[in-house]
Amino acid sequence: MNNKDNTIVSLENVTISYKSQPAVKNVYLDIPKSKVTALIGPSGCGKSTVLRAINRMNDLIEGCTLKGRVLFDGIDLYDKDIDPVEVRRRIGMVFQQPNPFPKSIYENIAFGARINGYSGDMDELVELSLRQAAVWDECKDKLNDSGVSLSGGQQQRLCIARTIAIQPEIILMDEPCSALDPISTLKIEETIHELKKDFTIVIVTHNMQQALRVSDMTAFYNAEQEEGTSGGKVGYLVEFNKTEEIFNSPCQKATQDYVSGRFG
Amino acid sequence: MVAFVLIGIGLVVFTGSIESMGRYGIKFLFTSDWNPVTDQYGAFTAIYGTLVTSITSITIALPLGVGTALFITEKILPKLVRETIGIMVELLAAIPSVVLGLWAMFIMEPFIRPFLSGLNNNFGWIPFFSSRPGGPGIAPAILILVVMILPIITSIARDSLNQVPSRLREAAYGVGATRWNAIFNVILPAAISGITGGVLLALGRAMGETMAVTMIIGNSNNFNFSLLSPGNTISSMLASQFGEADGSQVSSLMYAAFILMIITLIVNIIAQWMVLKLKLKY
Amino acid sequence: MNSNLYYNPSLRRNISDKVLTLLSGLFSLIAILPLILVIAYVIVNGASQINLSVLTQLPEPPGDDISAGGIGNAIIGTLIVTGIAALISIPIGVGGGIYLAEYSKPGVFTKFIRFGTNVLSGVPSIISGVCVYGVIVSTKIILGSNFSALAGGLALSILMLPTIIKTTDEGLKLVSNDLRKAALGLGASKYITITRVTLPSAITPIATGVVLAIARAAGETAPLIFTALFSFYWAQGTQALLEPIATLSVLIYNFALEPYKTQNELACAASFILVIVVLMMNLLTKLIGYYTNSNKS
Repeated sequence: MNNKDNTIVSLENVTISYKSQPAVKNVYLDIPKSKVTALIGPSGCGKSTVLRAINRMNDLIEGCTLKGRVLFDGIDLYDKDIDPVEVRRRIGMVFQQPNPFPKSIYENIAFGARINGYSGDMDELVELSLRQAAVWDECKDKLNDSGVSLSGGQQQRLCIARTIAIQPEIILMDEPCSALDPISTLKIEETIHELKKDFTIVIVTHNMQQALRVSDMTAFYNAEQEEGTSGGKVGYLVEFNKTEEIFNSPCQKATQDYVSGRFG
Repeated sequence: MVAFVLIGIGLVVFTGSIESMGRYGIKFLFTSDWNPVTDQYGAFTAIYGTLVTSITSITIALPLGVGTALFITEKILPKLVRETIGIMVELLAAIPSVVLGLWAMFIMEPFIRPFLSGLNNNFGWIPFFSSRPGGPGIAPAILILVVMILPIITSIARDSLNQVPSRLREAAYGVGATRWNAIFNVILPAAISGITGGVLLALGRAMGETMAVTMIIGNSNNFNFSLLSPGNTISSMLASQFGEADGSQVSSLMYAAFILMIITLIVNIIAQWMVLKLKLKY
Repeated sequence: MNSNLYYNPSLRRNISDKVLTLLSGLFSLIAILPLILVIAYVIVNGASQINLSVLTQLPEPPGDDISAGGIGNAIIGTLIVTGIAALISIPIGVGGGIYLAEYSKPGVFTKFIRFGTNVLSGVPSIISGVCVYGVIVSTKIILGSNFSALAGGLALSILMLPTIIKTTDEGLKLVSNDLRKAALGLGASKYITITRVTLPSAITPIATGVVLAIARAAGETAPLIFTALFSFYWAQGTQALLEPIATLSVLIYNFALEPYKTQNELACAASFILVIVVLMMNLLTKLIGYYTNSNKS
């Protein structure tokens, strides 16, 4: 926000709709490079939808349309000549539910790298990725076991390792800890701290403490009933600033109410 | 009660075939004489026909059916088009077998005959194509079976693919897989046991399918390796001979029916078991 | 580097993706082609034959190649035989489904029955014909008659049974347990709960299953050719139930195999009627399903 040169992804007046019902509208957001940006807000405010828009995951949902522009290094990702597969290779994603492939741990990592045309030493890449995701010690003796046999927290870190292995520039995380216990959550957060040296991270979380612990920047979303409609709520961006500003001296009253736990 | 019906059917067919079983024993399965005049019976021609028609037709229908199922589940075209294709495939399953047989006799068989002749001319050295096609035969029967089992494979493959959790699909696309990367490496493997079950169900259906096959296969009891010559399947033999049979021919037909029943039962039990296993997994 | 983001149609993965997508589309086309061809065939060759006399006259025995007559008795016969099959299989099937869903305790036995129902539906239709032949036709157990409408109906009912049991069972399982508890809580007996509350709310899937089973039975031929046989005469009086009877499907089979063109054409006309009726019944169930689904959501 303060320095335009450092922006890696920029959302310009983005409105995302399911069928004809807007889910989130008129979002402007500049995501800084090599920082952790958190998206927070009450459920149903469209923060996950915004996140999924950044690597065109919403393409998989039928009837989901986007208006506005999502710029990645100055290129509109929704230009009709853009290859969404390429976008997802440059912008990786970790999902809410740990979703390892029902293959071996090794294959979980190697699959993505292989289809991305990685031609180096695969063993080395697998080890490096697992180390970076802080799950190597737990997996090194059972690389041929199924990825599904790991515990939830290990599975999620395996999924992070899988994403690292394709060497994206940005990693999107969609409530990566919501299905995990506190100890696993802590481990994932440590991993995020390590990862931000190499990657730009955007994380959606409903846990304000987590946003405070891991992020440099925070965007607060809220949702309100669209005027004149009987339909669902529509999300919008309330405030985007440095994390400490959002939590200590927010400009908007809604933000103040939310971060102090008065609703949400 | 259902078990009662099932066992009852088995018992009736079994009692009917005792005489023939006693006379021919296991040899019945491996001899190909079927001659009501001399009262000599061996079911090899029909068993060969049953196996070769069902297995070949499955081999052809499998890629077609799974391809179609992928086309309608993987969001390639707008919903309306996909649903229309889905409904049409289901309607194909509803067309009575005897009507398909009629169509096969008068339209399909004359239409494909030149192609079959071509096969014979160019590949006649392969035993399967070693005779000249002349009207009804095993090859057109295989094709009509493909038409009949395609809807089964398609609809079961579609159900299995729909049951693949969307988070697996997202995982694949999330690491930058193209549509077919995702399909071959993640989606199909996850759906494989359901699809296998569907294939086995279709196999059972193909083995027992009667009318269309009877009308187009030529009902010949003379054994011939070639797919281009007329042949017989157990069910077509039953359909074409049972009404006029008497004495030990009836018993031999019952024996053949018993064999058919046992084979289809086994195939169906394995198929149901695999479909059930899939349901438990998710 | 940034230009990499643009779609490059000459990349290998993009080419293979395109090819495979086209291939699956082609397969879909092949899969629906037979339906279109068969329907076109019966319409072109069958619909032109249809007139009042074809619908109301008796078929002529082969040999006279001036006219093959009509399919009147076969239409009536299909109604009678399918009706008999429905009368036998609907009460037993719905009853069995109710037992499975409402009375039986979950356990090995119930599992076995469900499994058996599925397996029974995979038994070739001709086997049920063979079985009925063995029990009824060859033994003349019913009032000394051998080939009869009754025997044909029985053979068809064996085929309908698994479908009806299964849809009833599954339809009832979909009814929410709260509804059951509410009725029982009001002091209704189990019997009253089932007949007044549970069954009515599951009526759509059950009806759908029954219609589909009837549609399938109406087109079945294999179990009929040596149970109901065929007849060139009208079915008359109750006595007709114990005599051979004509049906559309057997008429198609018999007349298709005749060497005479007029007979073949009559088979086409019968096919037209059969296909239209069967497809209509199937589309009807689709419409019902669609209508109830859109009502719920």
